[in-house]
Parts: sequence; structure tokens; C-alpha cells
Amino acid sequence: MRIAVLVKYVPDINAERRFEDCRVVRDPAEGTLNELDENALEAALRIVEALPDDEREASEVVALTVAPPEGDIAVRKSFQMGVDRGVRVSDDALAGSDYFGTTAALAAAVRRLEADGPVDLVVTGMAALDGLGSVVPALLAAELGRPALTFAKKVAVEGGTLEITRETDEATETLSAPLPAVLSVADTANTPRFPNFKLIMAARTKQIETWSAADLDLDLAAVGAAGARTETTQAAPRPEKPEVELVQDKGSGGQALAEFLIRNDLV
Amino acid sequence: MSAPTHNRTVLVLLDPATEVRSSVLELLTVARSLGRVEAVTLEAPTVEALAQLGAYGVETVHQAELPPSAQGQARHLPAVVAATLAAAVRLTDADVVLAPSSFAAKEAAALAARELGAGVVIDAASVSQDDEGRVVAGKRVFAGSWDTTSVVRTAVAVVTVRANSVVPQPADTAVSTDVEGFAVAVDGALPTVVERTPTERDAARPTLEEAAVVVAGGRGTGGDFGPVTELADALGAAVGASRDAVFEGWFDRYVGQTGVTVAPRLYIGAGISGAPHHRGGMQASQVVVAVNNDPEAPIFEICDFAVVGDLAEVLPQAAEIIRAHKEQ
Repeated sequence: MRIAVLVKYVPDINAERRFEDCRVVRDPAEGTLNELDENALEAALRIVEALPDDEREASEVVALTVAPPEGDIAVRKSFQMGVDRGVRVSDDALAGSDYFGTTAALAAAVRRLEADGPVDLVVTGMAALDGLGSVVPALLAAELGRPALTFAKKVAVEGGTLEITRETDEATETLSAPLPAVLSVADTANTPRFPNFKLIMAARTKQIETWSAADLDLDLAAVGAAGARTETTQAAPRPEKPEVELVQDKGSGGQALAEFLIRNDLV
Repeated sequence: MSAPTHNRTVLVLLDPATEVRSSVLELLTVARSLGRVEAVTLEAPTVEALAQLGAYGVETVHQAELPPSAQGQARHLPAVVAATLAAAVRLTDADVVLAPSSFAAKEAAALAARELGAGVVIDAASVSQDDEGRVVAGKRVFAGSWDTTSVVRTAVAVVTVRANSVVPQPADTAVSTDVEGFAVAVDGALPTVVERTPTERDAARPTLEEAAVVVAGGRGTGGDFGPVTELADALGAAVGASRDAVFEGWFDRYVGQTGVTVAPRLYIGAGISGAPHHRGGMQASQVVVAVNNDPEAPIFEICDFAVVGDLAEVLPQAAEIIRAHKEQ
């Protein structure tokens, strides 16, 4: 079993996130592995760990990211959780990519991984906490010509078939497909493991492979800002809220709350 | 929103077609500001749905005729919805596709854009056009702390719009609505739908995604959602929870950046501290009220009004006064 886990380096949601020149500022001091990708890593590692010994030993889990050099933070964290190999696709030509440009780069990287043997499964988190679009997994599946099984709450791989259960806004669904496939997992799918000391030490010295747009034969007209079909033209912080009206409840806090709502025509 | 300056056709996704939810009424309202509106469905609309579409100015509904592999439960798969939207754009020569911002509709929108070579904007809070007639979408990002504007550079624009972006407005004149079938080819690898159970909706309550008022409970409820529900009933509000409360098994749906993202007129958080994850799902609400016994709770930083106190005391008292006020 070979699994590629897509990981993303994002601004920490606890830090002050901002734009500059209509691009997200990615400050290495305040950047981190997208938290939801930890659920993807956990799902991939568990799938491999559940295999019979001989298959498990022949398995490989690869963390794959498209990012500037700071993206190594995300790959390094993936090593700490236990992945075998890490790849970062980096190229100035990729800056400003839209969903389609990012997907093209990821698809080309998965194809390149397949030079060493088939990739049975691509696993992702349910969203990246910077953009929250949640559409790249489905786009990547279409690009690779594989079925997309997304937002999985439960995951099972058995006999070359992937089966998931998910809860969408409309329904609870059980979906299945033969491998190879693309899987995205919800944050309710599992509890990501804490890295152990041995893996933390080993992660320090593991090599991260870097591939350029040329290495992947990417069409430069279809990626980066040049190929983007949408362009962010304005980005501005929202005005701060005025000082909060804070009431200490001394027996009439509920009344104060009701009066606030009535006064502001919210009832 | 200004009157349309271009002779555009705007397609609005209606899936399911058994009812027209307020999020779709919003899409129809936005669509009318951009051009002539037509709807796209994967199944026959009900009589009630057709009447509402007519009231909102939709003369034509394009209903997909799907190949056997995509019929039945499989028709709601994003890849099938996407193929339908793309085929409908080719059929009608439409310029804009609008869809809701549910996870499934977002995937369908992106996949349709992929097939059409179109630009896509996900989770827009507004849709308009610039002087050159290009579609422009506004978004609220980074947990509601920044506003961005994106221009779609392609001839066709696909946009998913968040609920509570506009107030639904029927057309000045109602029209009669015709349903026209059209053939849709679906290729590509589809998963098998082993089982699908539509989510039961509480008819007495608005859905969390679409409600104008949301009351949510967190860890501070200690598992008792009685006071939260009582206040929600008094306000005609939807009930939500924090992720912690859902992980505890106290409630089924949570407000948060990976759960349900809400932007109601009024949001009331009770016993919710306001972790970044939760704020990302509600910070775009117009008015934020919090009740928490911890005066240092981070949610107070983004509130308009807050009570420091025991929610089990505060919420029922507020509910009683609101009920009395409504009876006046």
C-alpha cells in the first residue's frame, strides 16, 4: 500500500493572520501544519498499521506539500507523526495559484510518485484552515480520474476497497470505491497521535525531497498567478467591534439580556 | 445591488428540489441582480417548489436526465451535480452559476468550473459585477476578521454563496415556471452509494445554516441544553453547540470553522469560551451575545453584549421576558 498524504503549511489560527498585497502573509514564526491534516496523517498511518505484516512492511506513506521553503515545517511535523517520506513542490511560478493551479501541481506530483510504483490512496484533511475552500480533494480526484470519497467520519480499507461514512448537510451516507481513490477525512474521524521521542529525533535528520515545476513538467500558463482564473483585488481588515457591553449577573442578568435584544429590535 | 447592465443568464442550483430553502431564495435574489435567472435540478421539483421559483421570477427549470449509473441516490454525488451544472451552462450559454455553500455544493461548483474552464469563488458573502461586466465576489475570511474581493477573469463564473448574505426578495411580478428536461452525460469515476439517509429536519425550527438567530451551547452547559433550547424556542432560533459539546456527545451539530459556519443576524453563545475554532464559525454574525461565568472568556472580545453569570439562571429569565414581550 502506498499512500500520499497532502499537507499544508498555514498561518497559525491563534496568531494574527493578515494579507499583504492581496496575498496571505506566511510568516515562518507563526506558521504551522494545518491542524486538520493531522487527521489525514492519522487516518493514513492507521490504514497501514492495520495491514498484515508483509504488506505493512512493503508500505510507504508520503507527506506531499506544495509550498515555499517554509512548508518544510508541515513535512517535518508529518515525519514526527510517522510518515516515511516527505516531498515539497516549490517554485516561484506556483505563487498565487488558484484551486486549479494547486490541483495541477499536486496531480503532477502524485504522478511523479507513481514512477516508483502505484499510489493506492491520496489522503487529505477536510479543509485548510487558511482558505477553508474544501474543494481541492474533489478536484484532484477528477484530475487523476479517481473516485473522491470526502469528509469521511469513518474509514475502512479492506480487500482493495475503500468504504467511508460521512454526514453532509443533507444526509448520512456510506460510500465505497475500489482503490486507487482520493479520501478526505473530517476532524471527527480520529484523534491524531502525539509524536513520540524516537520519531521526533528521527524527523530532524530526514531529508525532504524538493521538486520544481520543471521537474513535474507543469504547464506554467495554467499555474500561479498567471494561470489563476480568479484574482483577489482587495483585502482589508474588518473594523474592530466597539467596546462590549458587559453585565455582571446579580439576579437580573437575564432581564438585561432580554432588554438588550428588545432594544435592538432582535426579538 | 444595482440593476443588471448585461444581458446575462444566471443558473441557480436547486438540490434537492423537494423544497426551496431560504439559502436558495437568497441565491435567486442575488441572481436577479445579475441577469435572467434559471434553475437547475437533479429531480422533479415539487408543486410547492415550483410556486416559490415562480414567485422569485424563475421561468425555466432545467431538470437533468441522467444516465443509469448516476440515477437514484447517486444523483446527489458532487461529480453528478457538477456534470449537470456544466451541461446546463453549455445548454443555456449561461454566464454565471450560483450554488449554496454546503460541502457537497462547494465540491460540485468547483468540479463544474473545472469542466468549463471557469473561475470559481467559494463561500462568497456578496456577488456583483464591475464596470467591465466581470463577476466580483466578496468574502469574509480569517474568522471574519478580513474582507476580500475577488474578480473572476473567465467568461463563465461559478460562485458558492454563504447563507444570510442577503434578505430574500420575491420578484416584482410572479411568473409561471416550466420544467424542461435535458440530457446529461456523466463520466469519470463515481463512488458507489451503499446507503443514504436524508437528515431529518425539525420542522418547528430553522436549520442552523440558514437561521436568522442562533443560540449555541458549550462546555458550560455541563450537558444540559434545556436552558439553551428554551431561549431558542422563545426567539424562534436554531440551536447549535461548540465542538467540545459535540465531542462530549451532548449535541449533534457544532458551529465552527470545520462544522457549520453561521452568519445570522443574532448569535448567542452560552457557556462557550470562544476558542479560535469556534470563532471561525460564527464571527461573521451581525450581533454577538455571550453568557459565560468566566469573565476572562475570549468570546467576550468579539461580543456586542455579554452577561457574566450562570447560563442556567440567565437564559430562562431572558426567555420568560422575551415570551411575555412577544405576547404583548
